[in-house]
Amino acid sequence: MAYENPEGVMIGLEIHIQLNKLKSKMFCGCSTAYHDAEPNTHTCPVCLGLPGALPVLNKEVVRAAIKVGLALKGEIAEETQFHRKNYFYPDLPRGFQITQYDYPIVSNGKVVIEGEDGEHEVKIWRAHMEDDPGRLVHIGSIAKSKGVMINYNRSGIPLIETVTAPDMRSPKEARRFLDKFRNILEYLGVFDGNLEGAMRMDANVSIRGGTRVEIKNISSHKGVEKALLYEIMRQKNVLRRGGEITQETRHFDEARGVTLSMRTKEEAEDYRYFREPDLVSIHVSHLIPEIKATLPELPDAKRARFLEEYGITDMHAKALTSSILLADFYEGVCKKGAEPKTAATWIADVLLGELNYRNLVLASYDGVSLGCINDKEPELGNSFKADDMVELITLFTEGKISDKAAVEVLRTKLDSEEEKTPLQLVKEKGLFKAEAELVVKAVSEAIAENEIAVQDYLGGAEKSLNFLVGQVMKKTKGTADAKTARELLVKELKS
Amino acid sequence: MAAKWMSVAEVKQQILESSAEELTANYLETINKSKINGYITVSDKALEQAKKIDIEGLKGPLAGVPIAIKDNISVKGLPNSCGSKMLKNYIPPFNAHVIEKLLEAGAVILGKTNMDEFAMGSSTESSYFGPTLNPWDLERVPGGSSGGSAAVVAAGEAPFALGSDTGGSVRCPAAFCGVVGLKPTYGAVSRYGAVAYANSLEQIGPLANNVSDIAVLMDVIAGPDARDSTSAPNAKPEYQAALKADIKGLRIGVPKEYFGEGINPGVEKAVWAAIQRCEELGAFWEEVSMPHTKYALASYYIIAMSEASSNLARFDGTRYGFRAEGETWHSLISKTRAEGFGAEVKRRILLGTYALSAGYHDKYYLKALKVRSLVKQDFEKALGKVDVLMAPTMPNPAFKLGERLEDPLSLYLSDVNTVPINLAGVPSLSLPCGFTAGLPVGLQIIGKPFEEPTLLQTAYTFEQNTDYHNKRPPEVV
Ligand SMILES: [Zn+2]
Repeated sequence: MAYENPEGVMIGLEIHIQLNKLKSKMFCGCSTAYHDAEPNTHTCPVCLGLPGALPVLNKEVVRAAIKVGLALKGEIAEETQFHRKNYFYPDLPRGFQITQYDYPIVSNGKVVIEGEDGEHEVKIWRAHMEDDPGRLVHIGSIAKSKGVMINYNRSGIPLIETVTAPDMRSPKEARRFLDKFRNILEYLGVFDGNLEGAMRMDANVSIRGGTRVEIKNISSHKGVEKALLYEIMRQKNVLRRGGEITQETRHFDEARGVTLSMRTKEEAEDYRYFREPDLVSIHVSHLIPEIKATLPELPDAKRARFLEEYGITDMHAKALTSSILLADFYEGVCKKGAEPKTAATWIADVLLGELNYRNLVLASYDGVSLGCINDKEPELGNSFKADDMVELITLFTEGKISDKAAVEVLRTKLDSEEEKTPLQLVKEKGLFKAEAELVVKAVSEAIAENEIAVQDYLGGAEKSLNFLVGQVMKKTKGTADAKTARELLVKELKS
Repeated sequence: MAAKWMSVAEVKQQILESSAEELTANYLETINKSKINGYITVSDKALEQAKKIDIEGLKGPLAGVPIAIKDNISVKGLPNSCGSKMLKNYIPPFNAHVIEKLLEAGAVILGKTNMDEFAMGSSTESSYFGPTLNPWDLERVPGGSSGGSAAVVAAGEAPFALGSDTGGSVRCPAAFCGVVGLKPTYGAVSRYGAVAYANSLEQIGPLANNVSDIAVLMDVIAGPDARDSTSAPNAKPEYQAALKADIKGLRIGVPKEYFGEGINPGVEKAVWAAIQRCEELGAFWEEVSMPHTKYALASYYIIAMSEASSNLARFDGTRYGFRAEGETWHSLISKTRAEGFGAEVKRRILLGTYALSAGYHDKYYLKALKVRSLVKQDFEKALGKVDVLMAPTMPNPAFKLGERLEDPLSLYLSDVNTVPINLAGVPSLSLPCGFTAGLPVGLQIIGKPFEEPTLLQTAYTFEQNTDYHNKRPPEVV
């Protein structure tokens, strides 16, 4: 059934992503790997905006932007230009940002998401290149800070700003769009969403065809959803009380979960855009065929292929392709010999569930092991080898261990840093399923040694059977399969 | 022997006879006695540098030859004040492209020369370090904004110098001080390391006592540079190869709009005499029309001020240069800029900010861009018919110090013949071509893009057949 959107919610997003997988900054040769560096060590005259230094466009940024444009099914401009966006802020070393204005490199794209009522298309108005400013570091809290320090390591990091049409009809759709968008960009290999500051979002929302309100600078997908939920509620309340929605920019206070007014339309800044005279127009048409030809398989295509190639369920295919790292890990495990359907269950259901429980997010996959980091405490990160997954699945499918035992091994692997293989752990913990004769022997012994329980059971007390099963488990040190033990006991007692 | 008014060839000869160190010492001595305030900073490393060149055996085409550099071109380790309180203490940690080239060629940097604050002016009076005086008449301005560079060359305090030309800033002081100055084609010389006033208009250019030395300098500083995206990728011409005394058959266009109302009769007379001299030497001249010239000045100032308002935003007291303390970063930035910039710079930042503002952007900035392309078309048309254009560089000779300070508009108007060239991006050379009331007059020779060799050959031929370049200012002899 079609979604009715009773409040007439229209949500648009502006998303900044750092092209943090590129080696150097946008207009100079400084490295982009600044996250663990000492402040102001990844700088040069260009990204510090020293007088006389000139920007030189990193061609890889253009290539990455074209990739993004093609992945978003957009049009790539044949000729594109840079403009200056002028404003004063201490983290902005030149007093202007170099961005794109009326000639963005990408326009008219789209992304299909799982909407409130099935597939839903979100139009992309434009995507353009620009450079990141530095960062202010307050001494203590912002309110009480006695001073501010500026770190220009981030200055000049290439960004892509993507602007969507107001096509999302609920905060949930906005969140789904962001998840999908991030996933697509990570598939392209130009962006790592786990790095601090990698993705920053502005959301705009109106209800019932009314005035649009913008919420600036939200740092997480969850935050966007929360901010929008709050903002829609706030707008509804204003209207219910007979008030009017004012056109304004609001800030999302993540801790309190509320949006607060930053500035109204009258206070809007005038950025005095004009063509950046230090850069020339770029013509890109000649690059497009080659980039198109080498574009990696994107999430939707991969999902379809997984269905076809591995015969797995659509739910599994969707989960496994929700991250390029997980998809690659899954295919790695299959290639190493695990049965694809079983592997899908163990990775999409069990492994992902266990990772979520531990607040672990996928961070890397190098073909050997899947790196995970704790999004709250990064030092609690861990990794999980594809080979270990294969071994675990094989132990299970060959009937050597029970599913419970397999889960226990997996948990142990995730919780310890010891380099033990699943087989070693199974041996150490004595998790092999008991051999048949051993169970038969234990069953006979249990019956012989517990005459009262046997009599009770034969007299109709079903509960006594549980006691006998317990005895069998005890004798086999828990390695017997409880169901098998029960069946054998019943068979023996009834004969 | 006092190191005065030598050509580069003579300087090199003298180095061979004595040493680079001795020659540099002679120049430093001359500078030390200077009355004209041409230098903001005299390099304390010049002697050491010259000595090193002596020891290393005079390598490079300019081995040991001293040069003066305008104080908006970055020289690593020397202050780069741009004539402003704002950057008085700013020492760049890197060399401009042209400085790298000069140092590779063995040149010795004598010091940094005075200029209008951030190159905004045509009299060098807006410098925070006080005006430079015209060596021909110490009561007059040297022109600007590269007034220091032109004046020290005219006064024999350097054999040649580098300036920058955004709307005439090399050619105007060259004309006022009686030296040769070239504004190269936009893109011929890398701007990397030159502090921007108006990026889309300006070029670094040489000033010298004669045309040959201009060619020598161009051979060193011109050519592509990957660090300046607007630098032309094509191979550079051989400038010195153009020094042939022959202009037979040269077609000269004389744009009538450049002899407009208010032109000084002495200037007009000297320029026409020069054109006739060229005719005697075998060239032909014809009048050409450049109908959009009258709009060029307005277009130029809007574009230059707009770009400047953005370029100068980086001077906020946060990272380097002058800082006034403030309670918040808003007050820190505004106080820094209120106290650090002089009146002319503030005027241009305000006007440029206005011209780019929402609601005015189309009316001023976009319109100025449209006029710019019309002016460019004027040049394409005129230079389609003739080889070079000839006109007065400045409509008047050097004026008295302070005379135009209270009337910035009259100062802007005197750029009427130089700014169209920057809008079009074509090369133009100012050459001494006579005197009026004892003051030098400059002849402007304008050419097609990247045809500096034609300008050099024309100027060289004129120079070889006249004696103006050998005239020396009386005041400082
Ligand atoms: Zn850098």
